[in-house]
Amino acid sequence: MSRTLILGGALSALVVLAALVSFVWTPFEHTAMNIPTKLQTPNGTHWFGTDHFGRDMFSMIMVGARTSIAVAFVAVGIGIGLGVPLGLWAAARQGGWVDEVIMRGNDLIFAFPSLVIAILITAIFGASAINAIIAIGIFNIPVFARVTRGGALPIWAREFILAARVAGKGAGRISYEHVLPNIANLLIVQATIQFSLGILAEAALSYVGLGAQPPTPSWGRMLADAQTLVSIAPHMALVPGFAIILTVLGLNLLGDGLRDALDPKLRVARV
Amino acid sequence: MLRYALKRLLSLMISLAIASLVIFAVIEVAPGDPASFMLGINAQEDTLAALRAELGLDQSKLQRYLGWVVGMLQGDFGTSYQYRTPVAEMIGDRLWVSLPLAIYALTLSTLIAFPAGIYAAARRGKAGDIGVMGATQIGVAIPNFWFAMMLVLVFAINLRWFSAGGFAGWDKGIFAALKSLTLPAIALALPQAAILARVMRSALLDVMGEDFMRTARAKGLSRAQALRRHGLRNAMIPVLTILGLQFSFLLAGGIIIEQVFYLPGLGRLIFQSISARDLIVVESVTMLLVFAVIVMNFLVDLAYAAVDPRLRARA
Repeated sequence: MSRTLILGGALSALVVLAALVSFVWTPFEHTAMNIPTKLQTPNGTHWFGTDHFGRDMFSMIMVGARTSIAVAFVAVGIGIGLGVPLGLWAAARQGGWVDEVIMRGNDLIFAFPSLVIAILITAIFGASAINAIIAIGIFNIPVFARVTRGGALPIWAREFILAARVAGKGAGRISYEHVLPNIANLLIVQATIQFSLGILAEAALSYVGLGAQPPTPSWGRMLADAQTLVSIAPHMALVPGFAIILTVLGLNLLGDGLRDALDPKLRVARV
Repeated sequence: MLRYALKRLLSLMISLAIASLVIFAVIEVAPGDPASFMLGINAQEDTLAALRAELGLDQSKLQRYLGWVVGMLQGDFGTSYQYRTPVAEMIGDRLWVSLPLAIYALTLSTLIAFPAGIYAAARRGKAGDIGVMGATQIGVAIPNFWFAMMLVLVFAINLRWFSAGGFAGWDKGIFAALKSLTLPAIALALPQAAILARVMRSALLDVMGEDFMRTARAKGLSRAQALRRHGLRNAMIPVLTILGLQFSFLLAGGIIIEQVFYLPGLGRLIFQSISARDLIVVESVTMLLVFAVIVMNFLVDLAYAAVDPRLRARA
């Protein structure tokens, strides 16, 4: 295993672990306010310090990991659930009107500035984690459709597909039984990348107040709270910032490492 | 070339038409009646009806959609519900902040990314390459609004070199205006530079493996000479795409950074209009941003075809 894969895997596992453990244990109740101990810098009792309400930031980071992961996970799920079948369908009908309609539709979604539309959706339909998920998820659909189609086209030209057709299998069954397993690696790598982009998007949306609503902690919200206090309590901004950076970095390294490990042919310079 | 351009132009028109429909539909189903929002909960029913008629809210959906689109084509973006001023004027004012910010950030990002990418490609596999690539890994992981806060903390609060927010205005002189856009531009540019440097490096590495580069070396050019004379130009295609995409991203992505620095740009206009239910402004600003992105993609496509004749033939 490459060092990239190990480092990326370890960072990602750490964040997932923090989120899972937060269901059964956090050092303090993450919503418990304690004004006398407010704005403490990291110390033995409060490992990541306390915020302006005296809440324990370590506990908030743990529970916030839950929010970030849940939003990004479901948003990637939407992308895979709708994008992959569309991509498979387009590849099976390569050059036909179905292919054309699906790919032009993709181009259209790509042309929208995703953040603006996400802000529009969450602002108009109400700020909530669910609407943030939908807003981020929509833009994952064309990504997965395009990757799936791109990966599926060369598979369709292979002999074993011809054999399956001779055996009388239809396009749907061939896509599911023969094409999909052959592009699974590609999809796993893309899912990792979209997951990290989802974490960043969720942070941005909740930073402007359009993501998960209080008292649900989220890293973006913690940064928004920190903004006016950054001069007297910089740790309030540093802690959630590092949480986001390490998570995204971990996922990106994991994606790079997985790509190299799963398929040497894909070993192209990642952009 | 002409046929290719016309074909792309047609798809540009279709994209714009669909985009306008989608934006109109989203705004249309938005809960909340602008008229009752403006007049408050104690408004009389006949006053509300009069205001709705004045704002054109009593017309059918189709009439309003057509009115909006035809108006925009003539440069009339409607009248703000909240301020009763033409939206085009409001956009014009804000554009003088958002557009220079995007250009400033794009310039910075290019100035950082090109040398970094070329350096990494030339030192492939060596310590310099690994260092640059490691830095870009971290660069793409940093949320730009967090980076913005850190810049404020260091350069505005501690060192006091810049103000923590606000816009000086162009009437205070170019230097003062640019100074107040500097921290926001850096915050926007650095994560983008990380992406661009990676693209630059991988495009150059791809080109280096080409036959014509071997030929160039064989006829006696040094590695650096071959790279400069033949490599860079050929590597520009993927780099141009990303630059085009980044410009539209910077224009739209600036909306979060504008919040951090309290800059009176298009982003703040969108947020203020959303909270005031000034939907005509939201609608028109969104459409303008989408228009900018779609047109930018169109120009990039054309630039490609101009650079690479093979792309024209394929279309």
